[in-house]
Amino acid sequence: MKILVCIKQVPQKDAPLKLNDDSTWIREDVSYEVNEPDAYALEEALRQKEKHGGEVTVITAGPARASQVLREALAKGADRAIHLEDDKFVRLDSANTARAIAAAVAPPLSDDNFDLIVTGLQSDDYGCAQTGVLLAEILGLPHATIIIGIEKTDGGLHLKRELEAGHYQFIDMKMPAVLTIQSGINKLRYATLIGIKQAKMKPMRKVTWAEVESKLSRNQQEIERLYVPQKQKKTEMIQGSAGEAARKLVEYLKNEARVI
Amino acid sequence: MADSILVVAEQREGKLNRVSFETIAAAQAISKDTGWPVEVVLAGNGVSALAQELAQKAVAKVYALESPTLEAYTSDSYVYALKSFISEKQPKLVLFPHTYQVRDFAPRLALALDRTLISDSIGYKHDGGKLLFTRQMFQGKFAADVSFAGDAPWLATIQIGTFRGDHAEAGSALVENVAAAVADSPARVTPHEVFQEAKQAVDLSQAEVIVAVGRGIKEQKNLALAEDLAKALGGEVAASRPICDNGWLPLERQIGSSGQTVAPKLYFALGISGAIQHIVGMKGSRTIVAINKDAEAPIFEIADVGVVGNLFDVVPAVTEEIKKARAGA
Ligand SMILES: Cc1cc2nc3c(=O)[nH]c(=O)nc-3n(C[C@H](O)[C@H](O)[C@H](O)COP(=O)(O)OP(=O)(O)OC[C@H]3O[C@@H](n4cnc5c(N)ncnc54)[C@H](O)[C@@H]3O)c2cc1C
Repeated sequence: MKILVCIKQVPQKDAPLKLNDDSTWIREDVSYEVNEPDAYALEEALRQKEKHGGEVTVITAGPARASQVLREALAKGADRAIHLEDDKFVRLDSANTARAIAAAVAPPLSDDNFDLIVTGLQSDDYGCAQTGVLLAEILGLPHATIIIGIEKTDGGLHLKRELEAGHYQFIDMKMPAVLTIQSGINKLRYATLIGIKQAKMKPMRKVTWAEVESKLSRNQQEIERLYVPQKQKKTEMIQGSAGEAARKLVEYLKNEARVI
Repeated sequence: MADSILVVAEQREGKLNRVSFETIAAAQAISKDTGWPVEVVLAGNGVSALAQELAQKAVAKVYALESPTLEAYTSDSYVYALKSFISEKQPKLVLFPHTYQVRDFAPRLALALDRTLISDSIGYKHDGGKLLFTRQMFQGKFAADVSFAGDAPWLATIQIGTFRGDHAEAGSALVENVAAAVADSPARVTPHEVFQEAKQAVDLSQAEVIVAVGRGIKEQKNLALAEDLAKALGGEVAASRPICDNGWLPLERQIGSSGQTVAPKLYFALGISGAIQHIVGMKGSRTIVAINKDAEAPIFEIADVGVVGNLFDVVPAVTEEIKKARAGA
């Protein structure tokens, strides 16, 4: 099975984020990590390869710093990587991101014929939950979202989809296909020392902005303003040492909220 | 046709998804600002009765968009039918509830129409004639006002719980049955029945006090801290998704969009950041207490009372105070 995994680099969960000068994006001088659901998509791809043979390619669109998530993926066992490298990829809307990825894996830039394309169900930065689905539309492939189980069958794929409130559904589909993967589908592996060494020898193909630009269009949606959200409630913030805070909190619950 | 708002309502297996009324409420609010009348479309097979139910709201019209291919949901049949329907009606704005089903087909539908979808909106603004949708970014640490840069129809999805379905204005509209466009080729995904995993042993929706832990708890053995607090309060332990994904607590104790929805008298969020998918499952709680080391964690936006601190210090101290208070009472 030839599998493509689309992964993204996002600010680290604990990174304190600040707004840029015109309040349309964050200041980029923070620590980054791989988008969590994408890590699960990669793990699932590696497991499928181990079971059924084949090859795993990872792709990302982002600045030079984003090559870090590709190197980590190679260290975990991916075979090769594609980096759409440019700062401008950061501010593309989902449709244009999907167009850029599609262009990088299709003629004339390449003629990879992937059996399966997987990606996380959404990113921790934008959270639009669209890129995977749009990639399927652009490539003319069927897709399925929020997948928490993948089983390869003779005819294609037997998949478990998560639905709301503890509901599930099995679906069947043929390959090639695009799947968006839910966090928790598997247990993530760590890169081994040997893996990290081997990663250095693995091929990483760079794709420039100019090579895909003709496939992009103007963003059809725009962030006008980014800001710290207004509070929906008046929150009573309690100060002090752990002991003091605990005392004040319990007092509040007893006398103000009257819940204990 | 004149500018209008089209709400794409949702049903699954012959049952109306109640969040459809939230989206109608959103459309009614936008309609007040823009003057655009609201219409509703419900896709399915034999859904006239459900469309009648939607028609009890103050909307201009409800369309039952029907075909046997829409009996069970597939993205292919939905995209095909709705693309044709929307192309013909040319509404200014198309609104969907941000459900799993909508996440599955709406992006594709937007691109098939050569339009864009602003997903997961938690509000809107109508600013000097410009329509903006507000959505969370960076896991709720920031909000963004997003505008449409291209031509209508504009598509947007509305997060669950943003508008109140029971506030949707009542009225009486006409239902029109429309035969849906059907593709020549069959859907490429074969869906099977929707099911639930084994019956739940606990019913958290009945609990008066819930102590929920998140990834801040770090290790499974630290759950004892939450268990002690829950015991002192006579409450139940629950968790955010990553805790259940790790298998530290059973799925039936997961709170949020893919887990349980609860509204206890008292909800403790220990080391939970407050992602929207968690919030939708607990924001109806009467008193929400958040303990988090990050003063900027989004959970504080909906908490009634908050302590910024290390939960490993604060939680045991709270448990002691509760025990004292109980002993004194
Ligand atoms: C389709 C979909 C469905 C989902 N369904 C659900 C759902 O049903 N329920 C759900 O919960 N999530 C759900 N999620 C996941 C959700 O988006 C978040 O990833 C998840 O809720 C995060 O859990 P968390 O807050 O425990 O972890 P994190 O976001 O990692 O937050 C951990 C928090 O702990 C704090 N912390 C760390 N150490 C300490 C300490 N020593 N003392 C105090 N505080 C500390 C940190 O500051 C941080 O705020 C869903 C996501 C998607 C896309």
